[in-house]
Amino acid sequence: MRIKNTLENYLFVSPAAIIFIIFYVIPFIWVFQLGLYEWDGILPTRSFVGLGNFKEIFFEDKVWWQAMRNAGWITVIALTFQNALAFLLAWACDRQIKAKNFYRLIFFIPPVLSEVVVGLVWQWILDGNYGLLNHWLTNAGFASLARNWLSDPATALNTVAIVHSWKGFGWGFLIFLAGLQTIPRELYEAARVDGANAWDSFRRITIPLMIPVAVLVSILTILGSMQAFILIIAMTDGGPAYHTQVPVLRILASMRGSSRFGYACAQGISFGLILMAVSFIQYRFSRKARDT
Amino acid sequence: MRTIAYYKSKKIAVNLIIHIFLIAVTITCLFPLFWMVSSSLKTQGTIFKDMSLIPKELHFENYVLAWKEGGFGRYFLNSILYTTSVVAGIIIISSLAAYAFSRFKFPGRNILFFMFIAAMMIPIPGSFVPLYVLLNKLHLRNTALGYILCMVNVGLSTSIFLLKTFFDKLPRELEDAARIDGCSKIGIWWHVALPLAKPVLAVVVVFNALNVWNEYVLALIIFDNKNLMPLQRALVMFQGEFLTNYPLLMAGLTITALPIIIIYFMMQKYIVKGVTSGALFG
Repeated sequence: MRIKNTLENYLFVSPAAIIFIIFYVIPFIWVFQLGLYEWDGILPTRSFVGLGNFKEIFFEDKVWWQAMRNAGWITVIALTFQNALAFLLAWACDRQIKAKNFYRLIFFIPPVLSEVVVGLVWQWILDGNYGLLNHWLTNAGFASLARNWLSDPATALNTVAIVHSWKGFGWGFLIFLAGLQTIPRELYEAARVDGANAWDSFRRITIPLMIPVAVLVSILTILGSMQAFILIIAMTDGGPAYHTQVPVLRILASMRGSSRFGYACAQGISFGLILMAVSFIQYRFSRKARDT
Repeated sequence: MRTIAYYKSKKIAVNLIIHIFLIAVTITCLFPLFWMVSSSLKTQGTIFKDMSLIPKELHFENYVLAWKEGGFGRYFLNSILYTTSVVAGIIIISSLAAYAFSRFKFPGRNILFFMFIAAMMIPIPGSFVPLYVLLNKLHLRNTALGYILCMVNVGLSTSIFLLKTFFDKLPRELEDAARIDGCSKIGIWWHVALPLAKPVLAVVVVFNALNVWNEYVLALIIFDNKNLMPLQRALVMFQGEFLTNYPLLMAGLTITALPIIIIYFMMQKYIVKGVTSGALFG
């Protein structure tokens, strides 16, 4: 009876466990294994190179580090511009209770769209020859500002970063707004009675209480922006000349372009470890935020 | 002397500035979509010259062309098939597991649950590389089943976590009553636990549906066969062709975005709930 009972319990978890082991655990182990080999993904033989792939990533692969810098720059734009926008909008909506639901509905439209759709639509708007943006600039008398936004090395990365921020600010907005609404209104009332003006209560009440939320949003932004790549596939495919390459695109290129499966896995591990460090910080901070 | 009128007008001015700011952002959110639809109604001949926001002639036949000749009809059905089967799979499999994790005791329970949570936290950016190798070995590459199983796995951890958290808070009286009435474990899960979990199941459904519908990279490495491709994969391929037919591409984009926007408008409540609860558990 007892054994039957236990077997029955396993029946509940076994579909999940089987899929998880086959499609998560096994690939997870293989990443670490394959990272030590040079293998083209087809031949039955593969040659063991130890940490050779990692050595190549860290000391020889200039494009990889350029990709890291690009992703870092996109993340910087997202952390500053995107999150400042998200916070300002949330703060404005928190005051304006009336139309709040309408704005909340609209601002989360870009996040629910796919990166492919967003990337292709913006690519069409930003097109150098036939794009609407250049058309408007020319008509408004700023013809000198019109350019090939996505194929000019000077603007490509920033343009991609701005579109990425456009797609992502809704997340931060929702989380900030939820955070702002947990601040008891009595605090503001009390501050006003004590003679504080709007700026004082913003600085002394809103900002300190929102710091844990801001930390959370920042870390989610870092994780999301460092790994962004589908938007880039849809807009520039890494061009012009590596100017919008990002790490995940490099992993994809190692695998599909140069058929170096081992090297692709090693890149994945190196990148994953950096992201894990960020995840760990997130875990620590959110624990701290919850405990206090 | 600062009068009431002064404060009133100051308040109105502040509100005005705030509203202008909010409305400006609203326009930038909506305009690209508007331009997408507008472009989808022009022709390959006029689209590069006609910059009017609302074209003089509306070429709705682009949608028919995109659906039939562009192949978007098939891609659309593929996306529907993948989304519904993955979501159905996730609902059944994750709720079974989450219920067991919450209610039953069995050896290995904690370690297994811990593994699911760890999978949620550990990012493996290159996981599609070994997945490609694995699917090749299992002869599941270029098959709908291979894609569906991979996508079920993608949604599993978070769904189990959300459902287990819900079941943990759920009072057990109803289930106890059902057990006393002679209901089996599976029966209790299906007749008692699942109906009670409807609000969380809605969150799980919406998030996984959006996720599968919008997925690109696994579709990229799994499918070479055009007939099996979902919309996102087909769109990038269509755009990469030597001479892009922009009106058809825009019609394809509209066909892809519309179901998501409709679902979003209908289920917005659950999405807000998912984002705010999902984000705050850390």
